[in-house]
Amino acid sequence: MSDQPVIDVCDVSFAYGAAPVLEDVSFQVEQNELICIIGPNGGGKTTLVRLLLGLLRPDRGRIRVLGQSPERARQRVGYMPQHVGHDPHFPVTAMDIVLMGRLGRGGIRKTLGWYNRADRRAALEALDMVDMTAAARQTYATLSGGQRQRVLIARALCGQPALLLLDEPTANVDALGESRLMDILKRLSGQMSIVTVSHDLGLVSNLVQRVICVNRRVLIHPTSHITGQVFEDLYGTQRRIVEHGEVTPGRPGNG
Amino acid sequence: MVEFLEALLDPDVPLVRYALVAGLLASVAFGVVGCYVVTRRISYIAAAVSHCVLGGIGAGLYLQTVVGFAWCDPLYGAVAAALLAAIAIGLISLYARQREDTVISAIWTIGMAVGLLFLYKTPGYAEPMVYLFGDILYLTKHDLWLIAGLDVLIVVLALGLYNKFLAICFDEEFARLRGVRAEALYILLLCLTALCVVLMVRVVGIVMVIALLTLPAAMAGQLTRQLWQMMIAAVLLCMVFVTAGLALSFILDLPTGPVIVSLAAVGYLLAALANRLWRRA
Repeated sequence: MSDQPVIDVCDVSFAYGAAPVLEDVSFQVEQNELICIIGPNGGGKTTLVRLLLGLLRPDRGRIRVLGQSPERARQRVGYMPQHVGHDPHFPVTAMDIVLMGRLGRGGIRKTLGWYNRADRRAALEALDMVDMTAAARQTYATLSGGQRQRVLIARALCGQPALLLLDEPTANVDALGESRLMDILKRLSGQMSIVTVSHDLGLVSNLVQRVICVNRRVLIHPTSHITGQVFEDLYGTQRRIVEHGEVTPGRPGNG
Repeated sequence: MVEFLEALLDPDVPLVRYALVAGLLASVAFGVVGCYVVTRRISYIAAAVSHCVLGGIGAGLYLQTVVGFAWCDPLYGAVAAALLAAIAIGLISLYARQREDTVISAIWTIGMAVGLLFLYKTPGYAEPMVYLFGDILYLTKHDLWLIAGLDVLIVVLALGLYNKFLAICFDEEFARLRGVRAEALYILLLCLTALCVVLMVRVVGIVMVIALLTLPAAMAGQLTRQLWQMMIAAVLLCMVFVTAGLALSFILDLPTGPVIVSLAAVGYLLAALANRLWRRA
């Protein structure tokens, strides 16, 4: 891989019909960077994610992901959606879900969607990376919000992505679950490029190197430069900023 | 009960035997495909497809009797209409931007209207009730071969693509991002559903067939932790309902289709009730 940016968004605008959602958005994400996209609800975060995945096409401008068009790059992007639109009682185990990250194209086996031993091994490794090995055979319905989120991250990791795209990883997760997710992100950072999306300012810890603020337009801040003024501009109200020091340095693994 | 067993074994009365074989064969496809239909939540669309089958049956009978295509079995017409309706309705539900339910309901009724018109214009034995609600008296050995062939086709496709179907039923968008052709699989799933309907036209009829597709699967879903387990349970439940329904209808001298469907409905209600009590306890 060359030094080209992992994500290259250039003068992108997008509108749903007449309603502009994003205007003249430009930013780049470098290799192995961990960044967070934040912004108010309705500010265009999800639209930006869908553009990066090639599920939407920009009205103007150009997007390159891993040096390719978003559609072509998909196979190398690990995506964790905010919602998994289905019924919560779906009869499916954590392992079943993680294996879905191995689906793809090419060859008869892939076309039929049959998994082999390598696929199963990759799925177990991905579950191990999010500390969910013990729950591999548990049904999705019986998992807590945080555990479900970790299973979905494992599914994204299972395809051995170069870029991990997490949409609202801390939604429906309690405080303990959130700190676990942070630990996982910390562990993964440096191994791959990671983009998380959040409306939750708490995610902007010293873990994240840069913050991309989206509210129709985009502003980019190194984490160290985040001030009350930034949030005021973004959300329109004064918010209290919590200084995120190293909360639990050298935390021993997790249970 | 004894008379039912005697009838089953009586070489001079093949009908009961045929009905049981047809029902048991179809149960395998129904259990497997029914689980996809229930988890993917497309039973309304499946019902629309099944009603359209009447159009094909009517056309098939008309061609056979009036036009004189002796080879044209009404079940062939049913297969053609089922596939046509599945593809048309599938494309509409995928790509129609709005009011898809209106269009689907329209196709549903147009299919039935066309079928009834053809049946009206076909002289002789073409009684709509036979196809709407099933009648095992019309089951032939030739039908059994057709049912067996379709059954194998459906089950091989449905199980061969299990992981992909599971992925689109659970999270279609993610599957698409992984390069799975979700739209094509969705249309294929509707086609398999449509062929299932044809399997049971003779025994249960096209109006009630959806109950047998969804109720055993819904019951099975309450008991199981994985989709393949749900399928096995659904197949077994379907077999139980078909066999018990056939026996009961024979003993009580009632039409077979309604008895089978009523049994499935009672089973489903009891299961739902038990599930509720179990959770409360």
